[in-house]
Amino acid sequence: MSSTITETHTQHTGADSALKPERSQLGLLRPDHSKSVWISWLTTVDHKKIGVMYGAMALFFLLVGGFEALVIRTQLAIPENDLISAERYNQLFTMHGTTMIFLAVMPLNAAFFNFLVPLQIGARDVAFPRINSFSLWAFVAGALVINFGWLLEALEMFGLFNASGPTAGMNDFVPAMGWFGYAPITGKEFTGAGTDFWIMGLQILGIASLTAAMNFVVTIINMRAPGMKMMRMPVFTWMTLVVSLLIIFAFPAITVALGQLMFDRLFDTSFFATAGGGQPILWQHLFWIFGHPEVYILVLPAMGIVSEVLPAFSRKPLFGYAIVVFSGAVIGFLGFAVWSHHMFTTGLGKVATAAFSLLTMAIAVPTGVKIFNWIGTLWGGRVRFAPPMIFSLGFVWMFMMGGFSGIMHSSAPADAQQQDSYFVIAHFHYVAIGGIFLAVVSGIYFWLPKITGKMWKGNLSTYVAILSTVGLNITFFPMHFLGLLGMPRRTHTYLAGFGWETYNLVCTIGAYILATGIFLLVVDMIRCLRSGEPAGDDPWDARTLEWSTTSPPQVYNFARTPVIHARDAHWEDKYGPESRHTTYEADDGHGIHMPSNSWMPLIASVGFIPLGLGLSLMQAGVPFMGYMAIFGLITIFSAVALWAIEGPGGYHLHPKEATA
Amino acid sequence: MSTAADASAHDAHHNLMVDNKKLFMWLFLGSDCMFFGTLISTHLIYRKLYPEEYDPTHLFSLELTSFSTFILLMSSFLMALAVSAMHKGELKSFRRNVCGVIFFGLIFLGCQVYEFTEFVHEGLTLQSGTFGSTFFLLTGTHGVHVAIGVIWLLCMLFYTQNGKVDAHESAVDAEVAGLYWHFVDIVWIIIFTVIYLIEFIGKTGGAH
Repeated sequence: MSSTITETHTQHTGADSALKPERSQLGLLRPDHSKSVWISWLTTVDHKKIGVMYGAMALFFLLVGGFEALVIRTQLAIPENDLISAERYNQLFTMHGTTMIFLAVMPLNAAFFNFLVPLQIGARDVAFPRINSFSLWAFVAGALVINFGWLLEALEMFGLFNASGPTAGMNDFVPAMGWFGYAPITGKEFTGAGTDFWIMGLQILGIASLTAAMNFVVTIINMRAPGMKMMRMPVFTWMTLVVSLLIIFAFPAITVALGQLMFDRLFDTSFFATAGGGQPILWQHLFWIFGHPEVYILVLPAMGIVSEVLPAFSRKPLFGYAIVVFSGAVIGFLGFAVWSHHMFTTGLGKVATAAFSLLTMAIAVPTGVKIFNWIGTLWGGRVRFAPPMIFSLGFVWMFMMGGFSGIMHSSAPADAQQQDSYFVIAHFHYVAIGGIFLAVVSGIYFWLPKITGKMWKGNLSTYVAILSTVGLNITFFPMHFLGLLGMPRRTHTYLAGFGWETYNLVCTIGAYILATGIFLLVVDMIRCLRSGEPAGDDPWDARTLEWSTTSPPQVYNFARTPVIHARDAHWEDKYGPESRHTTYEADDGHGIHMPSNSWMPLIASVGFIPLGLGLSLMQAGVPFMGYMAIFGLITIFSAVALWAIEGPGGYHLHPKEATA
Repeated sequence: MSTAADASAHDAHHNLMVDNKKLFMWLFLGSDCMFFGTLISTHLIYRKLYPEEYDPTHLFSLELTSFSTFILLMSSFLMALAVSAMHKGELKSFRRNVCGVIFFGLIFLGCQVYEFTEFVHEGLTLQSGTFGSTFFLLTGTHGVHVAIGVIWLLCMLFYTQNGKVDAHESAVDAEVAGLYWHFVDIVWIIIFTVIYLIEFIGKTGGAH
C-alpha cells in the first residue's frame, strides 16, 4: 500500500490548501501536524497513540506494583524478618493492590480497548476523540495524586522535606489501610495524608474510567462499519462493551463512598465515623457494590483476548460464539448481585448469606460455559503453539485453578475459615496473574506486531511463558496451605513454629522466578521494538478486521469504509466464499475527515492534580491548600469551556489507496 | 463548519439512529441514577436505623420547598420550549427560554441557599449526626447538579450569541442539555418525596 498522503484542510476554506495548522474558533492555532514529537503525542486524539500511551504507563506501573510485591515477599521469606517496618509493610501491600488494579490492569485493558476496538469494528476513531484524550490524561493525573506520598517519603528520606511547621499535621504520606480501605481505619484519627491522596486519586481515576467507558459504549453501538452487526463483532469488542457498561453502573457507588469518606475526614460528618452514629459496614457495602463488578471489569477483557487468540491459532471459528458473548453478558449482570460474598463473616443474617452464596455459585456457570467453549475451539483444530497461543492456553488452565478456589469461597461456612487468610490471597492471585496477566501477555504477543509493525525475534517468549507460569504456581500454590494453616493476610512478620516457614520461603523464591519472567518479557518487547523484522499486515493468519489494515495502521485506519458481510471478516476475505468477502465503500471524493488535535483535554486533566492534592493537603491542615484546590477546579472548568468553544475542527486526508 | 459537520455525519454511521452526543448523555444519566441512588439509599438506611435521632418536621418548611419544587418543574417546561425552538431553528425564542430556565434555576438555588442557612441557624449542620450528614450531602449534590446546569446554559447563551449556529448540531446540543436538565428535575422530585414529604406522614405540618 502506498503511504504517501496528500493532506488538505477543507474545513474553513472549502478549497484545498497547503498543509498548515489552522485556527480554531478561539482564534488559537490548533496543534495539528506539529513538528514536535512531544506536542503531537501530548495533544493527540488518535485512538492508536492514546492506546500506546495507556499501555506504556500501565506497563510502568505493573513494574512498580511488581517491585512492591517483591519487597513484601522478601520481608516474609523468613520468620521475624526486619527488612522493613510494619508501617512500610502496610504501605507496600496497600499500594501494591491499588497500583495493580487501578494503575496497571485497568489501563492495560484500556490500552487494548483503545487500540483495537475502532479497528475491530471498522471505525476511523472512537466517538469522542477529545474525551478519549481527556480520559488518558485524567488517568495520569490520578496516578500521580495517588502516588504523591512516595515522592514526599523520598524527599523526607533525603532530608529535603519534613512534616513540621505548616505541614505538621501531615503524617504517613502513603496510603496504608489496604486497597479496599475499610472504615473506620480510614478515619482521620487513625490514618494521615496517605488516605487523602488515595481518596482523591481514586476519585480522579474514576472520572477517567467513566468518561472512557461512556466513550466506548457510544463507539461500539454507533460507530460500527456498515454490515458489522452486533453478532458479527469480535468477542473482544463485545467484552469491551460489557466492561464499559459495568464501569458506568458500578463506579458511581465508589464515587459516592469516597465522597462520603472525604466529607468525614474534611468536615467531620458521620457517614462512617461511629461517634456520630455512622456505620462502618456501610462502607463495605458501597465498596463491594463497586468492588465486585470491578473484578469482572478486570477479567472480562482478558476473556475477550483469549477468545480472539484461541480461534486464530486453532484455525477454527470460536466454538459457540453466541454463547460466549451471552455468558460474558451474564457474568457482567450477575457481577452486580454477589457483592456480599466479600462480607460473609460480617453477620448479614442467614437468608442474605444463603442468597449471596447461591448467586456466587451461579456465576460459575457462565464462566464454566466459556471454558468449555474455549476447549471446544481447540478440539479438532490445527493448533499452532505460537507465543500468543501458549499464554492463552496458560490462561485457560491457571484461570480455572483460580475459579475452583473461588467456588470454595462461595460456600459461606468454608469462607468463614478462609476469610482474611492466605487462602484468599492464593485465590485472587491465580485469577489475577494466572488469569488476567497471562491473557494480557498473550494479547501483547498477539497484537504488538500490529501496533509497531515489527515482528518478535527468537524464542524468548518460551522462557517468559515457562518462568511466569512456573513462578506463579510456586508463589501462590503454597499460599493455599498457608491459609489453611491459619496464616492471616497483611501480617508484616510471623513467628517460627507454626509450620509456615518452608511455605513462605518457597513463595518468595517463586516470586523471584515470576519477576524474572516479567523482566524477560520487557527484554523481549524491547528487542522486538529495536530490531524486529517488518511484521507484515497479518503475521498470524488471524481472523478479525484489524488484521486487514497495515501494520502499524494508518492514522485514518481504513482508506475506504469497509462493508462487512460475515463474522471473522478478515478470515472470510482469505478463505471464505466471494459473497462473504469484505467490500469497501466507493470513495466519495470528500477525503477522510480527521479530528483536530487539542490541548484542552490535557489542560483539563492537569487541573485535577492541584484539585486532588489541594483537597488532600487541606485535610492535613497545610495552609492555602483550599486555594490550590479552587485553582485546580477553575482550570478544569475553563479548559472544558474552551474545549467546547474551540469546536471539533478537523481536516481532510486524501490517501492514494482510497481512489485506487 | 458545515463541511466538517457534513463530513462527520458521513463518517459516523449511527447504527442506533441516535446521535453520539445524545447516547453519551443517556449513558451519563444511567450512571448518575446509580450515583443518586447510592446517596438516597444512604439517607434512607440511616433514617430507618435511627428514626428517633432527629425530627426534621420542625425544620422543614413545606411551603418554601414546594415553591422551589414548582419553580424547578416550570424551568423544565421552559427547557422543553427551548429545545423545541432550537429544533425549529428559532434561535431568538431558544435564547429567551434559556434565559428563563437560568432565572428559575437561580431562584431554586437561592431557595436552597436560604433553606441551608436557616437549617444551620436552627442547629442542623453537616456535623449533626447521620441525618445532617446525609441530608446536606444529598441535597447539596443535587444543588451542584443544578448549578452545573445553570453554568452550562450560560455557556450555551454565550455560544449562540452571534446567531451563527449549525442547525443540526445545535438542536442536538440543546437536546442534550435538555436531557440533563430534565433528569436533575426528576431527581429533585424523588428527593422532595423521600426526604421531605415522607417525614410528615402521620404528623401535623411544620412549625413555620
